[in-house]
Amino acid sequence: MRCYSLLVPLVALASCAAARAQTPLHNLGRTPSAEEIRAWDISINPEGKGLPPGSGTAKQGETLYEHKCARCHGKTGTEGPNEPLIGGQGTLQTERPVRTIGSFWPFATTIWDYINRGMPQYEEGSLSADQVYAITAFLLYRNGIIHESDVIDANSLPKIQMPNRNGFVPPKPEWKRREKRPFGIYH
Amino acid sequence: MNTKERGRRRFLKGGAALAGLAVGEIRSASGQAIGSERPEVRPEDFRAYGERSRFVTSVRRDPRNPNSRTPLQDSVGIITPSALHFMVPTWIDPPDIDPWQHRLLIHGMVDRPLIFSMEELKRLPSVSRIHFVECAGSGDSLEERKKNGMLAETVQRTHGLTACSEWTGVLLSMLLRETGVQKEATWLVAEGAEPRKRSKSIPLEKAMDDVLVAYGQNGEPVRPEQGYPLRLVVPGFEGVHNIKWLRRIKVLDQPSMEKEETSHYPTQRPDLGKARWFQFEMGPKSVITFPSGGQRLPSRGFYEITGLAWSGGGAIQRVEVSTDGGRTWKDAELQEPVLRMAHTRFRFPWNWDGDEAVLQSRCTDDVEAIQPTLAEFGRIWGGVDSEYLKTTRNKVNHINAIQPWKVSRDGSVRNALL
Repeated sequence: MRCYSLLVPLVALASCAAARAQTPLHNLGRTPSAEEIRAWDISINPEGKGLPPGSGTAKQGETLYEHKCARCHGKTGTEGPNEPLIGGQGTLQTERPVRTIGSFWPFATTIWDYINRGMPQYEEGSLSADQVYAITAFLLYRNGIIHESDVIDANSLPKIQMPNRNGFVPPKPEWKRREKRPFGIYH
Repeated sequence: MNTKERGRRRFLKGGAALAGLAVGEIRSASGQAIGSERPEVRPEDFRAYGERSRFVTSVRRDPRNPNSRTPLQDSVGIITPSALHFMVPTWIDPPDIDPWQHRLLIHGMVDRPLIFSMEELKRLPSVSRIHFVECAGSGDSLEERKKNGMLAETVQRTHGLTACSEWTGVLLSMLLRETGVQKEATWLVAEGAEPRKRSKSIPLEKAMDDVLVAYGQNGEPVRPEQGYPLRLVVPGFEGVHNIKWLRRIKVLDQPSMEKEETSHYPTQRPDLGKARWFQFEMGPKSVITFPSGGQRLPSRGFYEITGLAWSGGGAIQRVEVSTDGGRTWKDAELQEPVLRMAHTRFRFPWNWDGDEAVLQSRCTDDVEAIQPTLAEFGRIWGGVDSEYLKTTRNKVNHINAIQPWKVSRDGSVRNALL
């Protein structure tokens, strides 16, 4: 759509500009199929939107953890060499806060997403949905958040209340353009 | 090889022989040849793709730390050579992406999801902009002291997680106009194509403001370790937002809450007992790059103190330099161009009288935010004193404290933050 005349009433001009902003300007790029989007879109939101079918329990996850995770995160998930995954609850207010999934992460969905997206290192994408659910269940169980027999799936995972869910300020993140902060520091 | 090409090669060889002769003939007053030996690089090699002089040895690799950092002590001007741009993380090899296969998908809360090839992106109207990219952990001079008892020695160690490039690409706002954005949308998540598919949520308002989808860096394609063939540049924001090897953008009505906005980047605030969730812009920061830690002044006399200043909040308005440990401050000269969210070079003439001197700089940006001392930083960041910052194992990001360097009588320069 084009605005042909400068003499059109202001209201019409405004609606014309709004309509133009919604019209493709260059007509480059192609429309992906729904199947293509499904294949590319691995995002999981905090309400669990995007989680695939499948399920797992801590018991199933234990063996998987041993084979796929323990080499970097330690046999008990606390000793490393990489980041500890288990423990740390009650340490956040100390001078040595131990941030783990259990002590710090506000959403259980993030655990599923991160294992699915990037773990294990050098074998990314090799775990099935069931395996990711099982390892997630194992880590939640070992952090004292769920029972060993709890079945974790697309329905139950987002409902898990993480211990540090209310440990963040502000509760809703936002950004303001040209916001003035003392010394430029977020506080 | 065709005739023309053979002729060109002959010409290059002939030119090299002449150049070699000339080098051999240049002698200094003492009779010693300049340069101890002939370069072993064949002329064809460095003419095909330029090499720096073999006498220039500045590198971003640092044997004392696996992280690679920009060697700011050797920097001149405001542009960081692409080959010296810091790399985070360093433990992954950059993916080997064929640009003909690479695609960018934009979907989610848009009217028309679109997939772009690199060829299509390059047909769109482009912009070039000079911006710094800085890691949220940059400027933490205390980190090394906590690990091995010693303050970071050089400016590469203290501030080397920043770099400034000219980025060329298309504005994300333009791509989002191509797809149309639904009214309820407020965020997007950007994702890389590397095996671990690092992702980060970004406010839509920022995306519509000045975010670049870049394929060019300093006059050539973005380097593989910087995101070839396509990356995001989010001016002024923590480095983690600048997703490399960009493959997907999903428009959302809330942050996606993936790992990068969950585990490392929130700040646990001692005074609130809670974590500051999202932190976006890097604060105003400046540092003297010469003279700086680990360097040595050969004699008393004239030196040009120089350094860099930058702010995620906008353009640098003022840089002041103190040569007496912060008792008095004088304005430094700002080198044009002074750009928003870009390194700005400052200069300050100085005659060193041979006595001990503590050199430091502080900057002010154009929203009037001023660079703090370490004590001021601690107070605002979390109601803590410098003692806390020296010892805590709590992760402290966004440190933008004034950095003092102490010049001793023997001309040696060391980190004098504490």
